[in-house]
Amino acid sequence: MSKDDQAKPATARTDAARTNADRRRFFGDVIRGVSALACIGLPLGLLAKRSAARPAEAIRPPGAGTEDDFLAACVRCGLCVRDCPYDTLRLAGVEEPVATGTPFFIARDVPCEMCEDIPCVAACPTGALDKDLTQIDDARMGTAVIVGHETCLNYQGLRCDVCYRICPLINEAITLDRQANLRTGKHALFIPVVHSDKCTGCGKCEKACVLQEAAIKVLPTKIATGELGAHYRWGWVEKEKAGKSLLNRDILDLPDRRPGGGGS
Amino acid sequence: MSVRKVIGGDAIKRKGWLKANKWLILRRISQFAILGLFLAGPLLGVWIVKGNLTSSLTLDVLPLSDPFVLLQGMFARHWPETTALVGAAIVLAGYLVVGGRAYCAFVCPINLVTDAAALVHRRLNLKKGWQPKRATRFYVLAMVMATALISGTLAYELLNPVTIVHRGLVFGMGWAWGAVVAIFLFDVFVAMHGWCGHLCPMGAFYGLVGEVSLVRARADDRANCNDCLDCFAICPEPQVIAPALRGEKTGHGPVITSGACTNCGRCIDVCSENVFRFGLRFDGTAEPVIKEGATS
Repeated sequence: MSKDDQAKPATARTDAARTNADRRRFFGDVIRGVSALACIGLPLGLLAKRSAARPAEAIRPPGAGTEDDFLAACVRCGLCVRDCPYDTLRLAGVEEPVATGTPFFIARDVPCEMCEDIPCVAACPTGALDKDLTQIDDARMGTAVIVGHETCLNYQGLRCDVCYRICPLINEAITLDRQANLRTGKHALFIPVVHSDKCTGCGKCEKACVLQEAAIKVLPTKIATGELGAHYRWGWVEKEKAGKSLLNRDILDLPDRRPGGGGS
Repeated sequence: MSVRKVIGGDAIKRKGWLKANKWLILRRISQFAILGLFLAGPLLGVWIVKGNLTSSLTLDVLPLSDPFVLLQGMFARHWPETTALVGAAIVLAGYLVVGGRAYCAFVCPINLVTDAAALVHRRLNLKKGWQPKRATRFYVLAMVMATALISGTLAYELLNPVTIVHRGLVFGMGWAWGAVVAIFLFDVFVAMHGWCGHLCPMGAFYGLVGEVSLVRARADDRANCNDCLDCFAICPEPQVIAPALRGEKTGHGPVITSGACTNCGRCIDVCSENVFRFGLRFDGTAEPVIKEGATS
């Protein structure tokens, strides 16, 4: 390269060489810089993805939407925490499995008291907690589920009823279904049943459950309720919609089998 | 003690200790006062300011939001509510006046850590250590926004030591002390001025604001410079000084124009010749007596 330089008009050649070298150095620096940061950025992205896997017992404040939306919107300022009159909400520390600095509560520790003016939503500056939520009964923080069928006292035929009694939407979100007590043969079971169309996921039932480990727990709604396949239809609903049976008796005529043979 | 001369020693002799530490003291007052305002609520029950540095509400009327954090949210595809937008606009307007990285020097809690690290570094007379290019922070800033865009979350806020430490101080530290220790060790033993000076994307963001902000440090009396180099030794971003201080020959004005300057005012403090002062960006406007050649 130096021999070539001497052969050419000195200044023009060296200028060109210098710009070339500058350009090469510039692109080299850019590639190095971008690569170095990709080494940090990719693990950071993975960390972000993993931190979106919130533990089921960590419940978001009312109006929080999906976890993905929430983690894009929440700036982790803690204003919702400050305006929560019952100290229900707290911010996740760096060492906790919930995304750093985001607000949540553990129902078994302190449940949501479902304030009518929803101060946590009012306090949120970014809309991570949706201002369109004006009726606390419309909040969907999760859905309560009786997970302990083998431990729940009512399932054993006792009249605990605590979850039913404490529920802010008594007789709507939790009802007691009367069934026969087959163990005694003469008493009734009063089975608590959660209705997902009413349950806000406030967690007062989980907090109040008298067992060592709560038999009723608030879970993320999707986990709690299950979900039908999109193609699935309930026959009786379709029948009611149509106003008549949708079965065509002419086509569907299964053979009747009766005890002792015979049939049509 | 050390045989090396104390930085600012001449200034202390000439101006007295108080004047030679004026901006340092004001900076500490500012840092602790802001921290105090945030802590008065949780510690004393006096709720002047609620929230933390990412978003706060003062006296129940004034919303303030950090534009850097909010911008991450926008890259994560969330358009914030008006409150946060107004809060960020107010903050941005404020730093457009007082200097973008005045945030770093007068507000950021990590500055206390890195200043302490710089002090220890000087006292131990350590080598500079790893010194990545000053522009690295802009790459980090780009990475922060890229990870927000790709992950759809405020990914960097999982690690951001500035917001983690401030939130920790106000809402409970837990393991956030780890961030303090890590940054201190990094700045003392790995890279001098490493975090604030080379890597922090928040500083990079406010540095961009500082490129156009109004209040700037100026070397108006640069003709008086006696080449003691104390300003270079104390400055966390020493590369910003030379163009203004030594710019008479090259036709550079006396204003420190680089956005990297944190407006910390330490150059003003440690100069025994009163070369530096705070003024406005525009040449001459805040300067009653302009030296020949200073305005070129």
